[in-house]
Amino acid sequence: MSIRELIELSAAEALRRITAGEISAAELFDAYAAVPDELNAYLWRAEPGAADGNGAGAGAEGPLAGLPLAVKDIFCTEGIATTAGSRILEGYVPPYTATSVQRVTDAGARILGKTNMDEFAMGSSNENSAFGPVLNPWDKARVPGGSSGGSAAAVAAGLAPWALGTDTGGSIRQPAALCGIVGLKPTYGAISRYGMIAFASSLDQCGPLTRTVTDAALLLRELQGRDDRDSTSVGIEGGVELPSREDLRGLRFGVPRELGPEAEGIEAGVREVFERTLRRIEELGGELDECELPHSRHGISAYYVIAPAEASANLARYDGVRYGMRDPDARDLTGMYERTRGRGFGAEVKRRIMLGTYALSSGYYEAYYGQAQRVRTKIAEDFRAAFERFDFLVTPTAPTVAFELGSKTDDPLAMYLNDYCTVPVSLAGIPAISIPGGLAQPDGGGPELPVGVQVISPAFTESKLLDAAYALEQAIGFDARPPGFGGGEA
Amino acid sequence: MQSELSGILEHVDRIQSLDLSEVEPTSHVVALENVMRPDEPRPSLPRERALEPAPDPYEGAFRVPSPNA
Repeated sequence: MSIRELIELSAAEALRRITAGEISAAELFDAYAAVPDELNAYLWRAEPGAADGNGAGAGAEGPLAGLPLAVKDIFCTEGIATTAGSRILEGYVPPYTATSVQRVTDAGARILGKTNMDEFAMGSSNENSAFGPVLNPWDKARVPGGSSGGSAAAVAAGLAPWALGTDTGGSIRQPAALCGIVGLKPTYGAISRYGMIAFASSLDQCGPLTRTVTDAALLLRELQGRDDRDSTSVGIEGGVELPSREDLRGLRFGVPRELGPEAEGIEAGVREVFERTLRRIEELGGELDECELPHSRHGISAYYVIAPAEASANLARYDGVRYGMRDPDARDLTGMYERTRGRGFGAEVKRRIMLGTYALSSGYYEAYYGQAQRVRTKIAEDFRAAFERFDFLVTPTAPTVAFELGSKTDDPLAMYLNDYCTVPVSLAGIPAISIPGGLAQPDGGGPELPVGVQVISPAFTESKLLDAAYALEQAIGFDARPPGFGGGEA
Repeated sequence: MQSELSGILEHVDRIQSLDLSEVEPTSHVVALENVMRPDEPRPSLPRERALEPAPDPYEGAFRVPSPNA
């Protein structure tokens, strides 16, 4: 098979062919490793022929049978540099491997490369990477979304069949939407966070970015599980079933007014694709009705207190003492801390550390952090109430299609509002998947770009969520490839 | 940076108007009691491996500039 034919295969289809002896895992690995990265999607890449040399000692046996995998550079990988997109970790080679990565390599996956990302996963456009932005394979003048932008762009562009990402407020779902692929944020606690560089510990969750819903299930099945090294991990009881559902009969879908097509800032093209998807749900036999999540309109406010507060505590570990870079010109200890952090952290990370320390400071703690945690309770209660009437909730994943590089970098608040539909789900800790709904033009015209649809379900119901998403995916039949696929010109 | 932070705080301040005095704060979404494990010794990272990523390891320790050089 040609390189193009090999990289066109979904992970599940490649797995079937490897198992049947029609192609070899090494051949597939080398095909991906040979595609030129014109998107700055990777920060580190394995050479062709390196399939045997990585994967943390795993054989090509196991349920994933040597399938290649891209890994967001936020996961510690023993012997492979890990930067989290930050200068402050430049040159850091971890002495251990994250549990999630270990689990999939033990299952036979091979690491193709470490993907670019917004620094410490803080961003929605990948423009906050210390190593340059990732470009969108649909249009190189546009962002891929973030913070798992490298993973999303790599999967969309044929630089990897699938990838690991992390989602704190939308960092898997939003880039998946903007790149036209599938992104799943599992329930908080489904997958171990051990060895995943911490941003906001009560929100961070690992998950798959894939081209199909079946592939997301295949990867989640290996990733999930309790881990002694992360006491907040519980796994998914009963494991994960591969999806097979062909209709949505008897299932009730709620459309939250606050996050629906009439919400503030939703582009016309996004609304059109979303409404078309709602009609598909009805055609498949699903029942639709409006619902309310009254506190979700305060999601961004609560999130931008809670996430920076947790980040300001987590990032205190980067001090130039134990790992990462140290500014060589410091003359005393205080100077070393100041200069290392001053030069090592980018603007967005500094902004969030300042916001977080302010929100946690004496005299402001109750008004900001305490109040945000109460809003969080109300947001979770709203979802629980909605799930008494509905099996799933459905929203657009992001209010717009991929926007132009540089168009929002001067306005952090406008950037934060990208996560309007994803953040409430993260605060509630429940699972959600983004699948491609179709293509649409941005407001004001331009190339047709992917639109994502988000399906949300109650905690630990991933198998049902994947089943419904699969039925919808088959009905939508999205099979467009970006012009940048396989190294072509975007 | 100053005006950006003010703009963000202005948006965040919207939650101040909500009366949530009767609501319990959420710090963690999965209902978990204390997670315990047996307190048994087990192997840890060897000292040399833990020191490898350090900018200035010295005689089995992390060296830093003097506090009052």
